[in-house]
Amino acid sequence: MKKILTWFLPILAMLSIGSNAFAQMQIEITGVGQTQYPIAVTRFLNESGLPSYVTDVVRSDLANNGNFANVERGETEVAENAKPDFSMWSSRRAQALAIGTVTPLQNGQFEVKYRLYDVAKNQSLGGTTVTVDRNNLRKAGHAIADDIVQRLTGERGIFSTRLSYVVKNANRYQLMISDSDGQNPREALSSTEPIISPSWSPDGKRVAYVSFESKKPVIYVHELATGKRIVLSNEKGNNSAPSWSPDGSKLAVSLSRDNNTQVYVINADGTGLKRVSRSSAIDTEPQFSADGKSIYFTSDRGGSPQVYRMGVDGESGAAATRVTFKHAYATSPRLSPDGKYLAYIARSGGFRLQLMELRSGEVTSLTQTNNDETPTFAANGKFLLYATRVNGRPVLAAVSVDGQVKQVLSIPGSVVREPAWGPFLN
Amino acid sequence: MFKNLFNRHTRLAILMVITLGLGACSSGVKLDDVEASKKSGSGSTDSKYANEPWNDPASPIYQKSFYFDFDSYTVKSSDQSLINSHAQFLNANKNQKVVIQGNTDDSGTTEYNLALGQKRSDAVRKLLSLLGVSEAQMEAVSFGKEKPKSTSMDDAGRAENRRADIVYIK
Repeated sequence: MKKILTWFLPILAMLSIGSNAFAQMQIEITGVGQTQYPIAVTRFLNESGLPSYVTDVVRSDLANNGNFANVERGETEVAENAKPDFSMWSSRRAQALAIGTVTPLQNGQFEVKYRLYDVAKNQSLGGTTVTVDRNNLRKAGHAIADDIVQRLTGERGIFSTRLSYVVKNANRYQLMISDSDGQNPREALSSTEPIISPSWSPDGKRVAYVSFESKKPVIYVHELATGKRIVLSNEKGNNSAPSWSPDGSKLAVSLSRDNNTQVYVINADGTGLKRVSRSSAIDTEPQFSADGKSIYFTSDRGGSPQVYRMGVDGESGAAATRVTFKHAYATSPRLSPDGKYLAYIARSGGFRLQLMELRSGEVTSLTQTNNDETPTFAANGKFLLYATRVNGRPVLAAVSVDGQVKQVLSIPGSVVREPAWGPFLN
Repeated sequence: MFKNLFNRHTRLAILMVITLGLGACSSGVKLDDVEASKKSGSGSTDSKYANEPWNDPASPIYQKSFYFDFDSYTVKSSDQSLINSHAQFLNANKNQKVVIQGNTDDSGTTEYNLALGQKRSDAVRKLLSLLGVSEAQMEAVSFGKEKPKSTSMDDAGRAENRRADIVYIK
């Protein structure tokens, strides 16, 4: 019955909501952590027949994390308040056990309650309760997976964060917003002209991007809940590469209004434009540092593109200093939210994702692919998502900062590009 | 200057070609084209291209694409006479505006390539400016590698995409 429903429900959904149904993103796990922590997530009680299964979301999130192994894949339901059979789970080598119950409420919402156990110690590690609408059951699954990761590793989980990316089919470009696993996609913008460089506001409510819909690159700031947007910058020439300041009050952008592409800072409402980089070369792809005090950017002022850093007030006081030295071509700097790492793309054989530990300056190459671009950090700084090609197919790929955990996210038959990983919510 | 670009014979020849062409593919004809052909049919000397001479295959500004070598952002010296023709036309038609669109091949990353494409369109803009074309008539923009004319991944396809186009705004 469950199998039939999983087949049938998506079809129903396509019929009823039409334009809200989009091709599914597929995730292929291509690398996992060196050691994987065995955990059993039993089938939650009473979720049969619901549009999404919380249990499946939790299991899939833990698998995607790369540092967990799902010991239990069965259908036996165990209630949140049941007394677990620790010896049985111990014999199945589970070190942790998660059990839960889905309860329909009178107002049509669902209460999802779960409890986590340490199997060896026979003791509860706590749990949480999430109340969601019928259409947001995946959200409950992500929240529970985040809670499990937090309780077992002390690290904040990223499953409840969102992604934006651009899907291209024939001559149609769609800016999509999805769950962190690429599922549950919603369209924020559709255009017959390219859309590039989405960038999340720190509160996760708005996305800035570059749209070519007026036959030139123009920067918009788009409010996701309402679909309302403003033109952030439409100066003469190119307007591109928006990125938010950590407090969300400003964006750094690249404009060619003074003929060569330079870095400017502008208020989030489009006022107060101010030039900050000062060269006769290309200065682009600005990114605020996590503390908001510096702006990293790509410049070819030294002949080839390299990553530079300047103070947030620009180069009128002191010229920018060069940050990357290892490769002849280094573009697309991205700072990890914890301020520890700089990711960038270097030409090294192909175009490959690099990770610099800022304190030591040590650089690691994270991939073997040849067309990496547009890296974006997960909110906890532990993962990077980027666009690349695998066997000629344009896909998204994720890699952990230790290079161990790897995934490929693709939509068969479509081009997927320009990923941006959203911030923590709340 | 505008009218001197064509002589009467050229215009008549073009008109004949168009009239024949119209019969062959009427579904593809835009409304304003039909309007133009009606006018000429009634004895007017206007040709189809009277309002858009840059689309006249016989015009010296018909060619609007400038190709660049790999990793080059300099207009080829062999294109200087073409730049001259566009400058002459724009200087004679001060109300005419153009957008110069720069493009790159697919080698490299999105935003840096967008800036490199702009370097190509800006190279064309600078040369036109040196020949007296007003900045108010021109806007240099870039599509980077986002709108490739050729999707072929070979050298010829890439060369086709290292390009700046002058687009006349009607």
